[in-house]
Amino acid sequence: MRPFSYDRAHDLASAIRAASAQVEVQNRAPIQFLAGGTNLLDLMKIDVMRPERLVDINPLEDSLSEIVADGDGLRLGGLARMSTVAHHPDVEKNYPVLSQSLKLAASAQLRNMASLAGNVLQRTRCSYFRDVSWGACNKREPGSGCAAIGGVNRKHAVLGTSPHCIATYPGDFAQALIALDATVEITGPKGERRIPVHELHRLPGDTPHIENTLAAGEIITAFQIPRKAWAKRSLYLKVRDRESYEFAVASAAVALDLADGVVRDVRIALGGVATIPWRAVAAEEVLKGKPLTEDIARSAAEAAFEPARTHGENDFKPELGRNTLVRALLDAAKLEA
Amino acid sequence: MDTFSPLKAAPLSRRAGTRDTIEVVLNVNGRNHRLAVDPRVTLLDALREHLGLTGSKKGCDQGQCGACTIHVDGRRVLSCLTLVAMVEGKAVTTIEGLAPEEGGLHPMQQAFLDHDAFQCGYCTPGQIMSAVACVREGLATTDDDIREYMSGNLCRCAAYPNIVEAIKQARAEMEEQP
Ligand SMILES: Cc1cc2nc3c(=O)[nH]c(=O)nc-3n(C[C@H](O)[C@H](O)[C@H](O)COP(=O)(O)OP(=O)(O)OC[C@H]3O[C@@H](n4cnc5c(N)ncnc54)[C@H](O)[C@@H]3O)c2cc1C
Ligand code: SF4
Ligand code: FES
Ligand code: FES
Repeated sequence: MRPFSYDRAHDLASAIRAASAQVEVQNRAPIQFLAGGTNLLDLMKIDVMRPERLVDINPLEDSLSEIVADGDGLRLGGLARMSTVAHHPDVEKNYPVLSQSLKLAASAQLRNMASLAGNVLQRTRCSYFRDVSWGACNKREPGSGCAAIGGVNRKHAVLGTSPHCIATYPGDFAQALIALDATVEITGPKGERRIPVHELHRLPGDTPHIENTLAAGEIITAFQIPRKAWAKRSLYLKVRDRESYEFAVASAAVALDLADGVVRDVRIALGGVATIPWRAVAAEEVLKGKPLTEDIARSAAEAAFEPARTHGENDFKPELGRNTLVRALLDAAKLEA
Repeated sequence: MDTFSPLKAAPLSRRAGTRDTIEVVLNVNGRNHRLAVDPRVTLLDALREHLGLTGSKKGCDQGQCGACTIHVDGRRVLSCLTLVAMVEGKAVTTIEGLAPEEGGLHPMQQAFLDHDAFQCGYCTPGQIMSAVACVREGLATTDDDIREYMSGNLCRCAAYPNIVEAIKQARAEMEEQP
């Protein structure tokens, strides 16, 4: 690992100040916040990330890891640990998709360490990205090319790709948040702002090294989840190469508002198949106002993968993704609201 | 472990003139240690290289295998992805601190012996620390749950079936006297 200096943040304002005076943002920023460290320290060990200074935000845990559930919804602190939220009784009961997406991610030890915000911001597992001996990776070295296009790309994305990067967004929890219409609360040098979670991540386009819309010094303080009719009838279905402790090859987070078998409203977010946590708006539109039959679910899945572009080894993904979504929708329809 | 009352995380002190050395007080198995280390030092390396506690093992050093599992304030975590500076003011428990002070073995250690739950033994300290936490978390209920909630501990010798049996034996004893 390259040398860095380490500081503890003692209040939110000083943490923000410490990181806001830098030109480069996100992964290339020389000053990084340290939460669980399970992604950042890993990437620093393999020399993919090379910050000069870490600002440890864990001392802010008391104020940034609260879990508040009331009649209006749920507020989850950005520093709350994955395991704490996954096993929280209110989350398990009233927001099953959140709890499931967390329980099916990583391992018990990693979930005890990792924060919600760090999880949502985690970086791709593309093996060219993670191996600095490969020269071509636009995400790591802008302008260097993409070794995965025409290379080993079985795990790569089929939705939201660009000619510059086809890396899969590897996480699970962001999809669950999107399926519940969650917003993210951000505090930065210019004050506070809120955006829908589905506006946090950026498509690779021709700048795959810029992965989200956070500015320098901005900290995710919380996620806000409204208590809508679909929250209870929600689930996360994750398909993997092995049954446990593995990233998704395809996954679907769905939340259904059903009345007499007819879809009043629905949210769908896909994982394992896209460059960002992927909200499948086209599929939602197909379902709205229709009875949730297998045929309709299949049409919705067709619509979701209509824009898919495959790259050889991942040619199987649209079919797997469609089947995953159909099963998730039909299983969700069977749940009690 | 339970008798230890945590310190408050102290403001960081840097050694005069040495920008890259920080001083931390590390509480391991109930004893405090003062260390002056490079900020890059992980908790795993601090335990093994600075304190001579070589029970925690380095398998992958990348958060993938679980061999380095220890407890921080009673929660199982990976020491290879934890900087030593991050645990100042917290109580660290390693495999060396698991057995009761008055002698003998922790029920989980005895159960691993009784069930031959290892071959080479390299993953074993991590397995045992993880298993103790798994039982305390109340997650070691069915065989399937044990497999699921222990999936972060890999065993290259594939002692998995015996590990499940060992955990069930220790669970019964741990539930009798928590
Ligand atoms: C072996 C292994 C298997 C895994 N499997 C899965 C899986 O199946 N599913 C899954 O979803 N994940 C998986 N993960 C990823 C894991 O969940 C992430 O590493 C973890 O969630 C990151 O959270 P953290 O708190 O440790 O983040 P850190 O590593 O501390 O931070 C990550 C990044 O986010 C920034 N950051 C952190 N907090 C904030 C904040 N509040 N505001 C602004 N920026 C912030 C940091 O500066 C850093 O750049 C796996 C990881 C490993 C090592
Ligand atoms: S897919 Fe993206 S991350 Fe992977 S090599 Fe190409 S540019 Fe890099
Ligand atoms: S050595 Fe820490 S998980 Fe492998
Ligand atoms: S006993 Fe050899 S790795 Fe588990």
